[in-house]
Order: sequence, then structure tokens, then C-alpha cells
Amino acid sequence: MPALEAAGMTRRERYEQKQRLKSLLIAAASTVCVIAALVILVPMTPGWEKVQKSFFDGTVLAKTFPKLLDAFTVNVMIFAWSAPAIAILGLLIALARDAKSPALFPLRIFGAAFTDVFRGVPVILTVYLIGFGIPGLGLPRPWNSPFIWGSLALVLTYSAYVAEIFRAGIDSVHPSQRSAALSLGLSERQVMRDVILPQAVRNVVPSQMNMLIALQKDVSLLSFIGPVEIFRQAGVFKSLFANFTPYVGAAIIFLIVTIPATRYADYLMARQMRERR
Amino acid sequence: MHKIELHGVVKRFGQNTVCDGVDLTVEKGQMVCLIGASGAGKSTLLRCINLLEPIEDGAIFLDGEDISIPGLNPQRVRAKIGMVFQNFNLFPHMTAFENTMLAPKRVQGLSKSQLKSEIEELFERFELADRMHNYPDQLSGGQQQRVAIVRALAMKPEVMLFDEITSALDPQLVGDVLDVLLKLKSQGMTMILATHEMEFARQAADKVCFLKDGRIIEEGSSEQIFGTPKRPETKAFLARALK
Repeated sequence: MPALEAAGMTRRERYEQKQRLKSLLIAAASTVCVIAALVILVPMTPGWEKVQKSFFDGTVLAKTFPKLLDAFTVNVMIFAWSAPAIAILGLLIALARDAKSPALFPLRIFGAAFTDVFRGVPVILTVYLIGFGIPGLGLPRPWNSPFIWGSLALVLTYSAYVAEIFRAGIDSVHPSQRSAALSLGLSERQVMRDVILPQAVRNVVPSQMNMLIALQKDVSLLSFIGPVEIFRQAGVFKSLFANFTPYVGAAIIFLIVTIPATRYADYLMARQMRERR
Repeated sequence: MHKIELHGVVKRFGQNTVCDGVDLTVEKGQMVCLIGASGAGKSTLLRCINLLEPIEDGAIFLDGEDISIPGLNPQRVRAKIGMVFQNFNLFPHMTAFENTMLAPKRVQGLSKSQLKSEIEELFERFELADRMHNYPDQLSGGQQQRVAIVRALAMKPEVMLFDEITSALDPQLVGDVLDVLLKLKSQGMTMILATHEMEFARQAADKVCFLKDGRIIEEGSSEQIFGTPKRPETKAFLARALK
């Protein structure tokens, strides 16, 4: 048909374009309907005014939001020094668990015990035990700071998980890579450092991203032992204004950070899946 | 003195005996081809010679020195014996050049500037100069395998082991890789190949060994093995392989 050829489209392409347009229109119309229903119907529900006042009070949000952001910098700080410590300790534990030399046997046992203990205990319990317990021994300032011991509790717990992920990464490198490296005359240690580890670390980046996101949220657990971070600050405002909006404000701040981060981790994961295929 | 000598080499994986008393001598500059069905023990034998697999019994000699003594540090031996694998096994996180430089840098302690010209020359010689800074996944199978050969040669080995190095290649890429082997042979490299390329073995091998169930049951010059095989198993295998 001359008309089709002029448009530069095959029958199939034209059909698919039509289908795409149709699904787009349907999706748009359905979304508009649902949003309209929510906007109209939700305020009509009994008690909505009370809910709105208690959780979504604009003036309270405006008053508290800047202070909440300030408090969030405390979270960011704790996160910023804990994350590198976790990466290093996690990697060391993973390597310790794979140590082959008999002289390093105690290190292997220690690595196994470490991961068992800190993966087996609820984070909040570790935070209380170390974050409250150790300053409670009567250490002099500044060594009694809950920032130090609270962060340590997070570092220990998260290192245990991160170490297991690194170990899985090391196992994921095909044994033929090791054979090839050994056949060139490299030592076991050189094979690990130059050939296995770089590939292992790259393989587990998406999984470790998820650990970072979880850590970012769990920093708030330190509020129970003293530091005034965002969650605790929101609690103060809640009492002050007798209103839950500050908590919602805190949640919004978390989401601004975690949603892009999770999306990015998902993207990395999807890309890796594609590459493996 | 033989370059390589195997005496009654036995290798077991659990209950499974893969090499069952292998005797073999390889002279300097010889190209020896190991042929036989999959699972006959060709690959395992090569891995034993490179000390990637410890042997249960027997002995392996390199220049008259027993290299199969339990507890011997394998690094020094492996630096003298290069090996190339069926699936290339290039390191995917390094360029072809970095793949090649890693072992000389780490094992011989040479610097990048000391190695650069030498490695460039190797890439040049095997027609890979324009591919030197590509990552393995940017290379064709044939190019990857040639880089793997260059990587092994950079250690200046005295013996090269080739483990079915053309089996994972598209048929039109096999020729390039086999040409590299001929080039090495003409330069006097001592080589042991496990191979399914019967035509190549027939033309290029100085000695052909037929393996079955972990033993060399017949060996001789290529004319002898391909022309007048004595054992019925060899005849049957060749009849199928050359069809």
C-alpha cells in the first residue's frame, strides 16, 4: 500500500503504535479517576479532620521541618563514619573466615563466632548493651560518649551481615579464574587480592547498597541511648505540639534519601542480572 | 635428559580414578598431542603437570627435577610452565594488557615501564596490537584465546600446556589460534596439547598419545597413530573422530 510506505512504517509498526496510544489513554484516564476519587472521598470519611490535624498539620510541619533537617545531619554524620568502618571490618571478617593457614585457625573461629553472634542478636539489644553498657562502666569524657559506643554497636552488627555478603561474592567468582591465576605463578594471596577480590566486590555492590540503605534507617536506633538525631527530635516536637506531624516530617526526610537510593540499587541489580544472562 | 617426564602418575577424585598410571616423556621443542574421548583424563593430566592438582602416586620431572614432591612450593614451577584453558579464563576486570602484565609484575617484580615494550612486542607478534587496551568482553573468542596465550608467554615459560583451547571457539576462529601454535612450534617451544582437532594433530604433532580411561594406551608419531594404529580402541576412536 503506497500510503503506508510513504509513512515509512510497516503494518505491524502502525498496529503497535495504535496499541500503545490506546493503553496510554486508558492508563491516564484510570489514574485521573482514582486520584479524583481519593481527593473527593477521603475528606468525606468520618474523622478525617482529626486525622488531618494530627498527622498533616501544615503550620506544625513548617515550624518543625528546618529543625528536623538540622537533626538529620546527626544521622548523616553517624552514617558517614560508620559506613566505611563497616566496609573495612566486614571485608576483614570475610577474609578471616576464608583464611587457610593453620596459624590463622583462631582467626577463622573468631570470624565465624562474630558473624553468628551479631547476626543472631536484635540490633536494638546490641545498641543498648554496648551503647549504654560501656559508658556505664564509668569511663572519663569524652570516652563515655554514646555517639562512639552507639556507632560501634551499629558497626559490629552491620559488619557481620556485610562480611557474609562479601563471602558470597568471593564464592561467586568461578574457580577457573583461580586456576588461571595460579597457573601464571601467582601466590594464593596475590590471586585473592588481584583476581578474586576485585571481581567479588563488584559482584556484590547492589547487595551492599541495600545494606547502606538499611544502615541509614537504623542510625535512628541510637536515639534510644542519647544522641538527638531526627527521630528523637521529632519525638520532642511531638510532645511539644501534641501532634504527630513532626514524625511525618521525619518520614518525608528519610524517604527523600532512601527512595532514590533504593531505586539506584534496584537499577544496579537489574543491570547485573542482564549481564549475567 | 627429558624436558618433561611422567612416571606412573595417578590422580583420583574421591573414588574416581582419572589418571591411572600415566607414563610420558616430552623432549625439548617437541609438540605432543593428547587425544581421546572426553573424560579420558587429558585435561586432568595437564592440570597435574602444572601442579594445579596434587597427584596421588607416581612422579613428574621437569628437566630431571622431581616437581611432584608433596609440599614443594608450586609457584616456581608454574612460572616455568604456562597453561592455556578451554574457556580462556581472562580476568574480566583487566584489559588485555593488564591481564598480560599482572604475573610478570607480581611474580618477577618487574615494573610497568620495564615490561611495556616487551609486552607490546608480544601483542604485535600475535597481531593483537590494536586490541591491547580492550577488556575481554570487547574481544572475540579467538582474540581472547590469543590474549590468553600471550599472557602465558609473558612469563617466558619453558613449556606450554594447552587444554582444548579451540573447543569453545566458533569454527571460523579456530584457524587463527592454531596458527599461533605453529608459530610457537617453529620457535622451538615445548608444548603439550589436549585436543580434539585431529587434523591439526595429524599435521603438526611430533608425538601423539591416545588416552582411554586414564591411561595412555597407545603412543607414537602422528603417521603411526593416524596411519597404522595398532590398538582396536584407537582405531575405533579415530574412525569416529575423523568421520
